Formats: sequence, structure tokens, C-alpha cells
Amino acid sequence: MSDNIKGYVHSIESFGSVDGPGVRFVVFLSGCKMRCQFCHNPDTWQLKSGTEYTVDDLLKKAMAYRPYWKDKGGITVSGGEPLLQIDFLLEFFKKAKEKGINTVLDTSGNPFTKDEPFYSKFVELMQYTDLVLLDIKHIDNEVHKTLTGHSNKNILQMAKTLSDMKKPVWIRHVLVPGVSDKDEYLEALAEFVGLLKNVERTEVLPYHTLGVFKWESLGIKYPLEGIAPPTKERVKNAKRILNAT
Amino acid sequence: MRQEWKNFVGGNWETDIDVRDFIQKNYTPYYGDESFLEAPTEATNKLWDKLSQLQKEERAKGGVLDMETEVVTSITAYGAAYIDDNLKDLEQVVGLQTDKPLKRAFMPYGGIKMAEQSCEMYGYKPSEKLHEIFTKYHKTHNQGVFDIYTPEMKKARHSKILTGLPDTYGRGRIVGDYRRVALYGIDRLIEGKQKDFAEIDRQGMRRGDFQLREEVADQIRALVDMKEMALAYGFDISKPAATAKEAVQWLYFGYLAAIKTQNGAAMSVGRVSTFLDIYIERDLENGTITEAQAQELIDHFVMKCRMVKFARIESYNQLFSGDPVWATLEVAGIGMDGRSQVTKNDFRFLHTLENMGPSPEPNLTVLYSSHLPEGFKKYASHISVTTSSIQYENDDVMRPVWGDDYSICCCVSATETGKEIQFFGARANLAKCLLYAINGGVDEKSKVQVGPEYRPITGEYLDYDEVMKKYDAMMDWLAHLYVGTLNMIHYMHDKYYYEAAEMALIDTNVRRTFATGIAGFSHVVDSLCAIKYAKVKAIRDEDGIVVDFETEGDFPRYGNDDDRADDIAVWLLRTFMSKIRYCHTYRDSEPTTSILTITSNVVYGKATGSLPDGRKAGEPLAPGANPSYGAEQNGLLASLNSLAKLPYEYALDGISNTQTINPDALGHNDSERVENLVNVLDGYFDQGAHHLNVNVFGTEKLIDAMEHPEKEEYANFTIRVSGYAVKFIDLTREQQLDVIARTCHDRM
Repeated sequence: MSDNIKGYVHSIESFGSVDGPGVRFVVFLSGCKMRCQFCHNPDTWQLKSGTEYTVDDLLKKAMAYRPYWKDKGGITVSGGEPLLQIDFLLEFFKKAKEKGINTVLDTSGNPFTKDEPFYSKFVELMQYTDLVLLDIKHIDNEVHKTLTGHSNKNILQMAKTLSDMKKPVWIRHVLVPGVSDKDEYLEALAEFVGLLKNVERTEVLPYHTLGVFKWESLGIKYPLEGIAPPTKERVKNAKRILNAT
Repeated sequence: MRQEWKNFVGGNWETDIDVRDFIQKNYTPYYGDESFLEAPTEATNKLWDKLSQLQKEERAKGGVLDMETEVVTSITAYGAAYIDDNLKDLEQVVGLQTDKPLKRAFMPYGGIKMAEQSCEMYGYKPSEKLHEIFTKYHKTHNQGVFDIYTPEMKKARHSKILTGLPDTYGRGRIVGDYRRVALYGIDRLIEGKQKDFAEIDRQGMRRGDFQLREEVADQIRALVDMKEMALAYGFDISKPAATAKEAVQWLYFGYLAAIKTQNGAAMSVGRVSTFLDIYIERDLENGTITEAQAQELIDHFVMKCRMVKFARIESYNQLFSGDPVWATLEVAGIGMDGRSQVTKNDFRFLHTLENMGPSPEPNLTVLYSSHLPEGFKKYASHISVTTSSIQYENDDVMRPVWGDDYSICCCVSATETGKEIQFFGARANLAKCLLYAINGGVDEKSKVQVGPEYRPITGEYLDYDEVMKKYDAMMDWLAHLYVGTLNMIHYMHDKYYYEAAEMALIDTNVRRTFATGIAGFSHVVDSLCAIKYAKVKAIRDEDGIVVDFETEGDFPRYGNDDDRADDIAVWLLRTFMSKIRYCHTYRDSEPTTSILTITSNVVYGKATGSLPDGRKAGEPLAPGANPSYGAEQNGLLASLNSLAKLPYEYALDGISNTQTINPDALGHNDSERVENLVNVLDGYFDQGAHHLNVNVFGTEKLIDAMEHPEKEEYANFTIRVSGYAVKFIDLTREQQLDVIARTCHDRM
């Protein structure tokens, strides 16, 4: 059965160099349930959209870039929210690992739950995952709900679970002026991250408006209309508080 | 052994002119990092400040500081001249093309009309006496060519299906082995040529022998002149160079003789870095110079290469924007014995871009292999990330063809140094040829019957098999006409504008290649894909000429690592090259082809009608072998993989690829960027790709530089364009917009 499993791929980037270590083949899987106000890829929200790939086809495509990966690089699966297609992802990373490829999962953590059948699959997935890039959109649950339409409780739970597993993680935080760049929030986030035992680095991703045109072309009103990207000073401030690279 | 050669390991190079043997026996590979490098000396800073000031004045005067109007250039036309007479004692390497810095010489032998026009364009009035001499008493290359062109050739040239032909100026691309001047001194070289001259004297000499005898006689005369030129600066170059300083100076005098007499589009310096390191190492060992002095020598030599100027006309500038001279100079590479040829000097040459800031000239080229020492790869990558001024070429694919002592003779083409020359042949516009195939030889712009009157395509929708059949026949015609035209050009160039100075420093028994070129490559591939995989409707005007296309449906495009498109790309290259091989070439030269267009992609595009791939009439073609604008949907590496599939054996003249990477998309910080770029280069070249121009900057910077060229930070802002580097602010606005429009790999 697993051979026939297909994934919905929104797009592919052959040269990713900021989504994990080294040079990476980045797969953007379709589908995301979060509705982040600052989302720069709203075109990836729809679950069953994009191009269908079998695990083998996608892996074959990725392998064309192996000459560039050297010791650090490999494959990153991003999205959308890749955990929504956990069966496909599991099979994909399993086969990638058989070939000795470095695997990175870039996730918002939104589908995470300790309920079955998800949790067992997740635990198995982590066997084939070298690094998790975990987005924490906001540390405050109420603001998180406003910002993304969802609670952050299970996301923080996932962070702790990964910490217990000692799975290497990069924490990523999008800095939105007036929403997530207040010092008190940043300090709370820093405190939370400080308790985790598996964080290799924290990244601050300054909010940008390059994806706004996608909202327009999808005919959805852009919720953060008028908010400008953070200033260099605010980015620097956030990096200092979060001890980010 | 001669006194000047003391401490060198001897070998065949002592008896024969054999610079490669000297290098192999004497060079010291360097496996370390850049930490030994020295900052510029005070003298370097002073001279560079002066030169920067002159460059500013030049720009303020509209691009030309001064021009000769009375004196015809020659090796000995001028006495000694310096960057600044008050600073001349600071110049470690001396010699200018004319009597003043950045002053452009009068070079009429390629064509008097162009020499005069270039003067008039900048407000100078060339001497009437010179006009009389070169119209009444002395024929030029240009006149010779136009005397014998056929009407068909003139039409093809006029409609720009053949384009950029070197028929009004020097053909260039001939690299003298300037190292010979340093290693042997002029007297030994004259002796060698005299011996060759005597050997050509054989029973039943014929036309070819007479030609060669005359050429060697001219070469000997040029060598004698070089001595006189050097003497004016107080140097006796009849004997070998005895020190590092002399070696750099002697070598530069050889190059100076070339740029005083020829105005070729490309006037390469060649592969001099490892050679010069041998002299520097010897002096460092002796304790006669310090590392700071060694760097100073290289800085001053490079400063001279940054000063090379030629008088050009408007149409030339449109083709090759930003005043390039392709003073191409190579570093690195691997030897046939597997040793890296990277020396400390290869670091020093790259370091000039830090000591004196970014610069388009000399066209610094790294002969790359993933097997180069890690320290060097990282340093080169660092220089790319910080200056965008260097290019990379795959030593692993070139070495098997050209050995381990080749030079890059223009932007990307290799020739074995001192053993080989190339007849430069510009380009055939294969995109236009596709339109000729569809329209039965009628030019889509002028409506003139330029090509043969084959039956045009008459159907509403284009049929792939029918188009391919007609395209094949039209390419046959074009290849024959193209080679025939080039044969005439090179015959006349040999006759009226022979490169005596360069050829004097090359073996008499020289191997010649015949370099053709392809323009419009990606557009042909994508157009054929559109016809094959989508539905292409031909739109005809009132005369029944197809002037536009409507394409329904999706189709694969070159630049996405998609074999459906990439296979057609390979087919196109192989097919065209095979057709070129079928033709007789001047002086039995070996035909090659290239996929490179320089900045001329803009001008070529203007002359080319709409194409089935969606490119509209007049829009720029993609440069070189680059995928078309907007075609790349899977990022940089997918694009590189498509390029890497093109077989170098079929494009021995080079496959040029220019890519721009946003620094934010290359890594989080400089050390990551450097490491990632090395991985990209390793992965690309390990797959057999030939060339890569690397730019690291964002579109915002380009736009700001275009809008505010006066800002100090943009004075030397250098970018790599197809085949060379250029100061961005020196491009025409049209070309600036073209550069900005091209795919920037900056996914966020």
C-alpha cells in the first residue's frame, strides 16, 4: 500500500539554503489549516491541490540535486503544513534515510497531537528526521488564536515532546510589528525556549510583504494591510532577546 | 644555466621555448588559506586614488577621457608615460597604451571609418592626413571584407541573422604567451623565430608558405619593436627577467605591445598567475622582497590591466556595453599530474579586488574543480559573495581538451597558451533562423527575402515534424553562409590587420580553431517545446508573413531540469555544431561553437520577431545559454542542472551561464554563504557544466544603482553579465532594465 501513497506538492525549490543546514531541496506540500495573518504563501492552504507525486518520483526528483548537498545539505519538507500529509511524509523520509539523505521537517506544529493514530506516526517520523524547524508564531495563546485562528497549546506541547526526544530543533519566529515584536512576548518566548534541551538555534524571520500579491490574486482580503516590515533595530532587539542567529 | 635562472629547476624549457615545462618543474602549490595576504601599500593607495579620479573624470566626460587624433598607433608610437608624472617612482609596473593615462589610441587598420566615427562621437576631430592615408594609400581590414562579401552575406549581416561579426575592428581572442618575454627575453625569442623562418624555406614553396614567411618576418619586427618600447621606460628586455619585479614588468611589456597594436573585442592577458608565483617565491626565499611587496607588484600589474582602453563606436557599445576589453586573466586549475596549480599568487590576484575594490577588468577567471584546495575554493567564493567580480570555468572539462596550460582567450573560450589561436566568429541567431524556416527565408521584420526561398509553413497551427524539417534545412543554409562569411573575414584580417605582436609570442606552427556561436538558444528550445507539447497558432500579417504566435496550453521549458526540454537543447547544439563541421574553414582551422552572447542579447532581441515560446518581437533574448526570462520554476539548481546537460564537447568555445543570487537566499551569514556557494559550484561543475558567472546581490541594489548612479557606493559596483564583468552604472538604461528583469534567485 505504501508504494502507492501519493502526496500533494505545491511547489519545489531546488536551491534552499536557509531552510536547514547547507544546500537543500525544499518540497512545499499542499495544505494548511492555520490562517496566519502574515502568511506569505496563502496559495498553499488548499489541501488537495498542486501536483501529485509518488514517494519514489519525488525522491528521484530530489536525487538530481545530490551533487550539491555535500556533507550538510539534503531535503527539507515544508509547506503548507507537511504534517497534514504525515503518511506520505513518513514514507518519503523513510526512503530518503535509506539513501543516507539528511532530512529536515519545517512545520508549524499545528496538526500535532498526542492522540492516536497521529502520535505513533509522528514518533516513527522522528526516527527518519534529522532536524525539525519549528515555527512558534506567538507565545501567548490568545494572541496566537487571533493571529492564526488556532491555539498554540499543542504546538508548545510538541516543542516539549521534541525536547524529551532530544530531537534537534531550530525555533523560528516571525517578527510582526505590533503583534509579535513586543519585548514582553519575546521575553516569554525566550523563557520557554530556554527550558527546551534540544534547540540548536533560534531564528528571527522579519515579517515581509512579498506575499501580499498572492492574497490579492486569490481574492482574499489581506488582514495585515498597512503593517510595514520591522525596522533593523527591532529585528536586532528580537535577536538579542531570543539569542537568535 | 643562465644567471637569471639561478635556483630554478632545469628541464626541456632551457633548450626549447616551453613555458609549461618551466611551470611544472618549478611552481609551489599552496594549500593554505588567505591569512598570509597583505593590505595595499601606501604607493598602491596613492596610485589607485589617482586612477579612480581619472576614471571619474572619464565618466564625467561621457565615457572617454582623451583620444588620439594625429598618431597612428604602433608598438613604438609613443615614449614613456605614467599614471601621474609626480607619482611615477611609485609605479612598480610601468607602461601605457599612449602618451597619457586612459587616452585612447587611433587604430585604423581594422577600419578607418570606425576609427574616425569613434573620435567624432566623442567630439574629437581626426587628422585629415590620416583619412587620406587610409582611404587612398592603405587599405584596411574592413574595406577588404566589404570588397568581397557576396550580396547574400550583406543581407544576412544587415538583417542580423549573422551578427556581431568582427569585420570593422580587430577580431581579438589571440593570446600571446606573454610569459615568454619574462622567461626568455626578446633576443632568444627572435632567435627562435629566425630559426622557424629558415625552416619554412623549402622546395616548391607556395602561397601558404609565402604568407607564413611574411607573418614571421612581421613577428620578428614586432619583437624588435618591443625592445625599443621597453627601452623608452629604461628597461632592457632583450635578456630574461632576473627578479619578480622584472618578470611582472617584462610580461606586461609583452601584453602592452598587443594592446598598443590591436583593438580586438577580447584582449586576454592569459594564464600568468602560477608562472609569476615562481619568481615571487624565489625572491621571497632570497629575502629580496616581502609579502607586502609581492602583493604590491600584483596590485600594480592589475591596475594596469584596469586601464586598457579602446576607441569604440556607438553600435559597438550597444553590443558590448560598459567598455569591456576582456583582459581575461586566469587563476587556479589542476595540473595533468593531479597537483593543484593554485599558488599564493592566485590568492594575490583575487585579493586585488579587496585591495583596490571591485572591478570588471581584468576579467578574473577561476579555473574551477571540486578538487581545488578547500582554502582556495572558500576564498574565491568569499570574493564572489563580496564583489560579484569573478567568473568560474570548469577545469575538469577543459583540461582533457586543452591541457593544463590553456588561457581563456575572450570571455569563456579556452586556447592552449602559446600553441594555439582562435578565429573569433561572433554568432548566428538561431531564433531568427527558426522564423526564417517558418516564413520561407523572408525576414519577419523587413519582409525582405534574406534566406533561400524555401516553401513557407502555411498551416494555421504549427506541426512539430514539419517545423523541424524546415528548420533543419534553414540551419544548413545558415551554417554554410555563416562559415563562408567568417572565412572571408579572417582571410582579410590576416592580410590587413595581422596580430604580429601576439603571434610573435606564439609557436609558428600554430593550431587554429574556428569559433562560431549561437544566439537565441533558450528561445529556440522553448519554442520547439511549445510546438511539440502545446498548440501554437501562427498569426500572419497582410503579406502572409508569420509575425506572432498564440500558444495554448502548458509546455516544458529549458531551465527546469526537465528532460523533455533539455533533450531538445542538447539536440539543437549537436545539430548546429554538426552543420558547422560540415563546412570548409579558413586555414584548415578546427570548427567549434559557443552558446554565449555577451550583453548583445539586448540588441539581438531587438532584431528578432515574436517567437512561439511567448517572447514578443523586440524583447531581449536570454543571454548566453541562460534559460529564458521567467522560465525557471524550480529554482537555481534546476536551472544549473539543465545547463550541465549540454555536452561541452559540442561547444568547445564555451557555454556561458550567468546567475544572480540574493545574499539572503544564499545563507544566513557570510560564512554560510561562502560554504553554500562552494557546494553549488562543486555540484554544478562535477556534473560537467562549463561556466558560471556568479552575482550575489538583490534586485533592490540594482534598482537603487540605476536610479542613483551618482552614489559613491556604486562607482565601482561590478556585476557579472554574460561572459564578462561590467560596472553596472556604465550599462545603457535598456541593459540595466534587462539585467534587473532577469531571474534573480531570491525566493523568500
